[in-house]
Amino acid sequence: MAKPPLPLDVIAHTHGPHLNYEPPGGWEESTRRPPDRLAKTHCSFCGMQCGIQLKVRDEQVVGFEPWEAFPFNRGMLCPKGVKRYLQGAHPDRLLTSLVRTPSGFVSISYDDALDLAARRLSEVKEKYGADAVAIYGGASMITEKAYVLGKFARVALGTKNIDYNGRLCMVSAGTAYKLTFGIDRATNPWTDLVAADVVMIAGSNTAECAPITTHYLWQCRERGGRLIVIDPRMTPISRNADLFLPVRPGTDLALFLGMLHVIVRDGLAKQDYLSAHTTGFDAVRASVEAWTPERAAQVTGVPAANIEKAAHWLGETDRAMGIHARGIEHHSKGVENCLAMLNLYLATGNVGREGAGCMMITGQGNGQGGREHGQKCDQLPGMRSITDPEHRKYIAGVWGVEPESLPGAGLSAQEIMDAIHRGEIKALFSMCFNPLVSLPDANFTREALSKLEFFGVIDFFLSETAHHADLVFAGSMHEEDEGVVCSAEGRVQKINKAVDPPGDARSDALIICDLAKKLGKEKYFSYPSTREIFDELRIASKGGIADYYGITWERIDDELGVFWPCPEINHPGTRRLFEDGRFYHADGKAHLQVSEWRESGDRRDADFPLFLTTGRVISHYLSGTQTRRIGPLVEQFPEPKIELHPALADKHGIASGDWVRISTRRAEVVVEASVVRTIRPDTVFIPYHWPGRRSANLLTHRTLDPRSKIPEYKVSACRIEKTTRPADIEAQRMEETGWVQGARPHTGKGA
Amino acid sequence: MEGYEFFVDPSRCIGCRACMAACAECDTHRGVSMIHVDYIDRPNTIATTPMVCMHCVEPTCALVCPADAIKQGEDGIVRSALKPRCIACNNCVLACPFGIPTVHVGPDLMMKCDMCYDRTSVGLRPMCATVCPSQALTFGPPDVIARQRASRPTRDFRFGNEHVKTKVFMMMPASEPVVIVDVEDYIRRGPDGPEGWLVDDASLG
Repeated sequence: MAKPPLPLDVIAHTHGPHLNYEPPGGWEESTRRPPDRLAKTHCSFCGMQCGIQLKVRDEQVVGFEPWEAFPFNRGMLCPKGVKRYLQGAHPDRLLTSLVRTPSGFVSISYDDALDLAARRLSEVKEKYGADAVAIYGGASMITEKAYVLGKFARVALGTKNIDYNGRLCMVSAGTAYKLTFGIDRATNPWTDLVAADVVMIAGSNTAECAPITTHYLWQCRERGGRLIVIDPRMTPISRNADLFLPVRPGTDLALFLGMLHVIVRDGLAKQDYLSAHTTGFDAVRASVEAWTPERAAQVTGVPAANIEKAAHWLGETDRAMGIHARGIEHHSKGVENCLAMLNLYLATGNVGREGAGCMMITGQGNGQGGREHGQKCDQLPGMRSITDPEHRKYIAGVWGVEPESLPGAGLSAQEIMDAIHRGEIKALFSMCFNPLVSLPDANFTREALSKLEFFGVIDFFLSETAHHADLVFAGSMHEEDEGVVCSAEGRVQKINKAVDPPGDARSDALIICDLAKKLGKEKYFSYPSTREIFDELRIASKGGIADYYGITWERIDDELGVFWPCPEINHPGTRRLFEDGRFYHADGKAHLQVSEWRESGDRRDADFPLFLTTGRVISHYLSGTQTRRIGPLVEQFPEPKIELHPALADKHGIASGDWVRISTRRAEVVVEASVVRTIRPDTVFIPYHWPGRRSANLLTHRTLDPRSKIPEYKVSACRIEKTTRPADIEAQRMEETGWVQGARPHTGKGA
Repeated sequence: MEGYEFFVDPSRCIGCRACMAACAECDTHRGVSMIHVDYIDRPNTIATTPMVCMHCVEPTCALVCPADAIKQGEDGIVRSALKPRCIACNNCVLACPFGIPTVHVGPDLMMKCDMCYDRTSVGLRPMCATVCPSQALTFGPPDVIARQRASRPTRDFRFGNEHVKTKVFMMMPASEPVVIVDVEDYIRRGPDGPEGWLVDDASLG
């Protein structure tokens, strides 16, 4: 079955991670010969989607140059953006498709790979039914690929089970925004942050996960604006917080309910606005009656006076912005957290104007665009519902199929893995997803993968998940594709191709279309290039919420991005939502929703008395498939460490640099300690980018939000104890990053 | 770039090290950064600070150099040591009040930030200030900075009795006309963190 064919260290020897430090040809070559050209495109990492120029020489990406004309970032980049060029021409780059044999992964021709994939997928479908085949997509790839993957699942395979790694990212916010606003998009352009008097940042390590946002926030403060930061630990953005609210993990909802209580109690709710533009406030008001600041303080661990202060700051200005991210969304009540935060902004009338609005920060490169056009299990292109008969009919018409032939809503990402574990789903085809590192409860994920009868992957590096694959197509990197992404702002941007896929690697979109042809569905997938996919996507999105009809590749190039909705060619795009006071529900109103308090899914007790929370660091991206192969980024954060407060550390006799065993109800890992005052004493933090025996997601649990189906990464019950340095730590490091302390074992000079 | 000046605002720094990453891309010192970002006191605060060469008006590094290897241009930029002259003695490293120069073992040469002379001479901003996502490092016209920032630029420093004037500006609270360097003073401390944590003691295990 789908287990790694060889020991992991043997696979790592061939496929990495190896560390790349220098451009192809080495520094000498870079100095000697200038680049042949600069390709204007965007960074492959994170929802900021910063403009960047890639240097190309001899058809390889060899460096970068800031793109100062791009309005969002004006040349600014984080270290990931600066070093991203080192992923091209990397020694680990897959140059041919691979098939698993008892003696390891061996090269296979592209045609043979297509034949094998088509045959195995058809066999599973024949034997167990179409829904026994599942598709995983991702949100770090161009929207054209997301669109064609959704169509591939529904039309070429006929399975309802397609979902994507945005399920681990944006879905709580998306669900809440749809319920409240009727649209799933950040409401304001980032320039509005500068114009705000108060910005409340809830559960967002903004400086590390959306670094360019920092400059906008600092500009706000230079103008006299105030920052409220809600987080169980101090992240870099909190250094200039005017009010820091260190909530217990999993209690953001209580904080928001307490704040709304104060807003109502002190007459700060804008009754005229609520009456004219919203529904549901009466029920919401009643639901917060019992949430006095004292009760909220008891639950959240934040002093009541500061809850009152935050409520007054929001309620006493007409220019309040809110931003939130996974910190409030990765919860079994992630949707409720977001709903309650939106209620604060609607209640104080802080929506739909310059400097007034509440928005999520999308985490992944195409976190926004990747969820709009059909790789979500419950959606069709244009943010249409797969269960709405009218929506099904429209999309079926665009695709030239019968509406009845379209499957219904399928399982979400974690539910697909659960169904694989139960033996209900037998085949998985995955692109742009590394679930072994990114899904919770990694031992469970590993068991599930080993049960698959067929597992096919498209990727450019052999990810830890791909170790379990039967077949791996060598796909395309960000710089090898042409298409669009949508940034965190809702700005549709153009990804320009810098180079062609090397060797026998192919464009991901081409692989999907070729596979569809092998499955006998050629007439639905005969696109000469991604441009034709985008043109079909425009029509498929027309009339939907995420309407791209008026957006063309040329417009994006000319205007440096176009904000959707953009229903007509001469439409300027929509930078700020709700400016006319109308929301996207049929009645034109915002629908405030009641959020009832609930505890988190993995409760603390005497055995597991502490909170574990997880997140990201500045120099790594998601599951680390790319950034754990880039030498300078690995050196910046070589391995996971546990952050803990000195009060907690003292009780256990732990000092910085000591080794700590962290145990949850599922697993234990051993990592080094970083003892810092900047985290709650009852909470520990481990970043999640690493695989193997030190993977934070060995510890996390599979409790899902009932509506968004997001896993509860941000709060697990745990305990800690001091231990000794693991004897095999160097072997672990080799499997994680190829990094050995004090040495540079692999100085790749490129292929 | 005529009329442009370099500004450092440590209070904006988020410790991301984009500046160092970008600096290391320069063809003249491939893969090695000439500037640095430090945690001020990581056990107690997340605060970090970036340091570039401040380009002193009377550069201490040049004054103490026994080989006369460190030159200052008419533009006020203090260059890395001249390779034929530098004897890698470390005098400059020890004398610099800002801790900027480093002696590189391979070439046996003092190297330091030259404010991207190669870029500014062709109309490009220094690499670190271009990429810095928090604009803790900024290169721009002083009047724009005056308009956009609440803090005030200064280039007067006192290290004990030593008065140092620099080309590069440090952004300071408007109330501070001269930077008196007493680092401990600036570290926020408190027995229970900045706002106080309410913690159930039993939960500490």
